[in-house]
Amino acid sequence: MTGIDFTAGWVNGWIITIVLINLLGCLWLLWWTRKRPDDTIKEGESMGHSFDGIEELNNPLPHWWLNLFYFTIAFALIYLTLYPGWGDAKGVLGWTSVGQWETEVEKAENRYDRLFEEYAQHSVEKLATQEEVVKTGQRLFGNNCAICHGSDARGNVGYPNLTDGDWLYGGTPEKIKETLTNGRGGMMPALGAALGEDGTKNVAAYVLSLSGRQGSGDAEAGKEKFNMMCAACHGPDGKGNQMLGAPNLTDDVWLYGGTEATIIETLNNGRQGKMPSFKDQLSPEKIHVLAAYVYSLSN
Amino acid sequence: MAKTHEIVEKNVGLMIILTLVAVSFGGLVEIVPLFFQKQTTQPIEGLKPWTALQLEGRDIYIREGCNTCHSQMIRPFRAETERYGHFSVAGEHVYEHPFLWGSKRTGPDLARVGQRYSDQWHYDHLMNPRDVVPESNMPGFPWLDENILSGETTGAKMEALRAVGVPYTDADIAGAQAAVEGKKEMDALIAYLQGLGTFLKVKR
Repeated sequence: MTGIDFTAGWVNGWIITIVLINLLGCLWLLWWTRKRPDDTIKEGESMGHSFDGIEELNNPLPHWWLNLFYFTIAFALIYLTLYPGWGDAKGVLGWTSVGQWETEVEKAENRYDRLFEEYAQHSVEKLATQEEVVKTGQRLFGNNCAICHGSDARGNVGYPNLTDGDWLYGGTPEKIKETLTNGRGGMMPALGAALGEDGTKNVAAYVLSLSGRQGSGDAEAGKEKFNMMCAACHGPDGKGNQMLGAPNLTDDVWLYGGTEATIIETLNNGRQGKMPSFKDQLSPEKIHVLAAYVYSLSN
Repeated sequence: MAKTHEIVEKNVGLMIILTLVAVSFGGLVEIVPLFFQKQTTQPIEGLKPWTALQLEGRDIYIREGCNTCHSQMIRPFRAETERYGHFSVAGEHVYEHPFLWGSKRTGPDLARVGQRYSDQWHYDHLMNPRDVVPESNMPGFPWLDENILSGETTGAKMEALRAVGVPYTDADIAGAQAAVEGKKEMDALIAYLQGLGTFLKVKR
C-alpha cells in the first residue's frame, strides 16, 4: 500500500495551514477568555453583569484545569508528528492502518501456520480422528459452510446433509477436497417440455418405485422414458453416478424432497444446485483441515 | 478586562457566523483533501459500474433498508479479514453514489458477499431466511419475487450517475430499459449481491 498521494500540490499546505491556524486559534481563545490575576476585579467579586438579579462573579478556572487545555494543544502537536498528521507526512512512527493489520496477521500466522503445516503432513483419514484438528475444522465449517449446510452439517432442502454417508460427488478425502477447492455445479435439466404432463407423472411414479413407493402415474411406462432420458446420468438402475454428481434415486435420501409433487417439480424445472469454490478464500492447508472435519462426520 | 466577548455574546448573528467558522475547520481539513486523493478518487483496476439490472438491485437494497443492518465495509482487522476476505479499499467505491458502507451490523458485512453463495441460496434466503439459517432474525422479502421491474427510469438513473463521473456509455443507457424490463425485483437484488466486492482480485 502506498501512502497518501494527493492529486493537487496545494492540498498538503492546505491541511498543514488549517491545522496550525486551528491550534493557534485554540491557544488564542484560551488566552483571550482566561481571567488574569492582575484584573481589577478580585476573585469572588461581581463582574458587573446582572440579569434579573443574578450576578456573574469572577470565578476563574483553576490553574490545573487551564493547564490541561494547554496540555491538549501540546499533545496535538506531538500526536500529529508521531502519526501521519501533517499533510502527507508519514509520521515519525511510520504507522499505517494497513501496517497494523499486517502485523496482526503476521503474528497470527506465526502462531497458526505451524499447526496447519503440520496437519498438512498427515492424511485426512488420520486427522479426522484427532479431536483438536476436528475442532479447528469445525470452526472453519461454522464460518464458511454452515450458512448452507447448517451448523450441524445436516443440510437443508437443496443443500446436502454431510453426515449421512450419502455422497453426490464422492466421500473420499480427495473428492471432498476437490469439492471444497473447485466447487460443484449440479445440472439436472428441465424435462417437463420433453416428457409432457403424463410422461412426467409416469417417470415420477417409476422414480418413486425405485425406493419402494407408489405414485399416481404408470411406473412401467415411466421406466421406458427413464431409460431413454434419465439413465445416462442416473444409471439404468437409478443408482446415480458420482462422476457427474447424479444422485442415487434408490436410497430414499432426497436433496430437494421425495414427495411425488417435488419429484414432478424437479423433472419439470430441473435443478441447478451450486457448491461455490473456496480456493480464493481458504488456503490449501485450511481446506485439508476442513476436509478432515467433513470426513469425520460420516466416518 | 477588555469587554470584547460582550460583542460576540450579545450579537447572535455574529455568534452564528463564528460558530460556523469554528465547526467548518474539521470538514475543511478532513473532508476536502479526500477529493484530491488518488486513493479515494481513482477506481481500482478492473472496477466496472453496475449493470442496469444490478443498479436496480442496488436501489431495492436501499429501498428495503438492507444497509441499516448490513455494513459494506470490511475493516483492516484480522478478525474481519479472516471472516469476510480482503479489507475494503476506497477505490472499490468510487462509482457508488451514495456509498453504503454503513456502521451497524445486525447481520454480517456484505462487502464481499458476491459469488460466495449460489443464486439459489440467495433466493431461498430472501424468501424466508429461516429456511436456510434457522437462527436468523432477518425478515423475509417475499414480495421481491412478485414485483416486476418496468425499467422506465433505469436509463435516467444511469444518466444521473454519469453526470457525477460513473463511466456509463451511451449504449449502456440506451439498453438499460431492455435489460431490466420484465425482470423480477428478486433477480435484480441477487444480481447486485452477487457483484458485491468481486472487483478486487486479491481475496486473502
